[in-house]
Amino acid sequence: MTAPPAIEPAAPARRDFLGKLGTGLGILAAAELLAVVVAYLAPGKGGAGRGAGLVVAGPVGEFTPASVRAFPGGQFYLVRLADGGFLALSSRCTHLGCTVPWNEEQRTFPCPCHASTFDEKGDVLSPPATRALDLFPVVIEGGIVKVDTSRRISRARFEPGQVVHL
Amino acid sequence: MPEPSRKPSGFANLVLHLHPKLVPAAALPLPLTFGLGGASAVLFLVLAVTGALLLVVYGPSPERAHGTVARLVDEIPFGALVRNAHHWAANGLVLVCGLHLLRVFYRGGHLPPRKGNWFVGVALLLLVVGCAFTGYLLPWDQLAFWAVTIATGMLEYVPLAGDVLLRAARGGAEVGPATLARFFVLHVAILPVALLLLLAFHFWLVRKVGGVILPAGAGDRAAPRGPLVPTSPDLTQREGAAALVVLAAVMLLAALWNAPLLAQANPGLSPNPAKAPWYFMGLQELLVHLHPASGAVAAPLLGLGMLLALPALSGAEPPTGRWFGSPRGARHALVAALLAAALTFAAVLANEPLRRGKPWLPALPPAVRNGVLPLAVLALVLGLVSWLSRRRGGTRQEAVQAAFTFALASFAVLTLVGVFLRGPGMALVLP
Repeated sequence: MTAPPAIEPAAPARRDFLGKLGTGLGILAAAELLAVVVAYLAPGKGGAGRGAGLVVAGPVGEFTPASVRAFPGGQFYLVRLADGGFLALSSRCTHLGCTVPWNEEQRTFPCPCHASTFDEKGDVLSPPATRALDLFPVVIEGGIVKVDTSRRISRARFEPGQVVHL
Repeated sequence: MPEPSRKPSGFANLVLHLHPKLVPAAALPLPLTFGLGGASAVLFLVLAVTGALLLVVYGPSPERAHGTVARLVDEIPFGALVRNAHHWAANGLVLVCGLHLLRVFYRGGHLPPRKGNWFVGVALLLLVVGCAFTGYLLPWDQLAFWAVTIATGMLEYVPLAGDVLLRAARGGAEVGPATLARFFVLHVAILPVALLLLLAFHFWLVRKVGGVILPAGAGDRAAPRGPLVPTSPDLTQREGAAALVVLAAVMLLAALWNAPLLAQANPGLSPNPAKAPWYFMGLQELLVHLHPASGAVAAPLLGLGMLLALPALSGAEPPTGRWFGSPRGARHALVAALLAAALTFAAVLANEPLRRGKPWLPALPPAVRNGVLPLAVLALVLGLVSWLSRRRGGTRQEAVQAAFTFALASFAVLTLVGVFLRGPGMALVLP
């Protein structure tokens, strides 16, 4: 009886390559699965149709210069600056999303969650927030101030061009 | 060596799937483990039973959630008791699991041959905290709504995928009905099942390695583990007694203190101050001080990375069987803890005026000045602590232990400051 011929081991390089390929494909499949689950869970931005979030704030004369009025329903503050211009500031802290109250004495918006503060133009006075409060577009038609809460405008800081004048 | 004289009863037979027939007598005294792993398992069972009872009353939608919880408390016989027991067992589970992790670490349970089970344990801790946090949202009260708004908001700072992760977690741009649905499914199905499967694996690994770490000098050359005693009744009776003590503690807390239920969630008004549950207050305090990219993303990931890296950092030496490795290890850990407490508290106090005043180092971008820089300083200090421990004769394990203790004590101080010293507007106040 002759000894059976020794089985040639597969070339180590090829075995190694196939092993790595298998691992790589496995990781790819896991990543695909994860992407599918995340996409399933994260719906498109969609949002309400135009004009759906339009809030009628009131006649211009109701807002004295250098005043801040809260609109809790629309989750914004209508600010009339000292020069008579209007800003609609979102009341949502840009840090992690708490609602900021208005402090009349200090004329600041202090966040109750992580102590960021913003001034009446929405600019950051103290961190951890990194950008100014979001804006909503202000429209003045026939002496009536309206705010479109369906369009949130994020910004880094206050710029004079953001103010809406009569 | 005593052998069990009778055939094991049905109950003992069941127990013997978990434990070997005989256990070392040296493994029995309470101060070896304080029974923390077993207490966690008992609390998990309490949560499963009370959770099932809550589930038949609770309505998982924003319109019904708060009303059904209020009805549970006000009208259902023993409803408040069941809810309180669930609340206290959940808080207890987070606490006991945290203490269990510390006990394991300071007795060397993360060292060979138990390295693998350390990772399972860290995963279990994450699941426990995940269960506690997802349960937090379900009453849909002010506490729930804002805690979840903040925690999901943190995802926004994840580089590249932040926006899609945020919308996946909330089911939209805002916290709403879709968020509640997600958290409900996680809380009552996915996380508990994952926890149960991993818990079985955890137990199996403990048995496979031959039980808990025995104290140094437990046995001799002939019998390295010392004298053995029958598991039933020597171990089972102790476990039963400990389980009853845990159960009694939960029921006592549930009878004396009600779980909080604030007003129904109001997206237009955050409570002031809006505080997270105690186990997240350290992180919330960190978020006050650090740039969000570091506070919300980098710091938690680095903390988790540190827990996972502890076995590799500590080297290949098996545990000594003593607490903290040796009396010297205990001394180094104590010094590191005291140093960390003092430095962290000083840093919190110093940052209070700094944060509100003009930015220091104005040339640096805020993400570096308030984020990368403080974390780099911490890393440097941790390196320095372990280097000093080595210089003073500490082993590699003891040096890693000193650095970990420093980080831990620092986090503990942040938690205490957050819980006791933060008032309206998150300003520092006396308790």
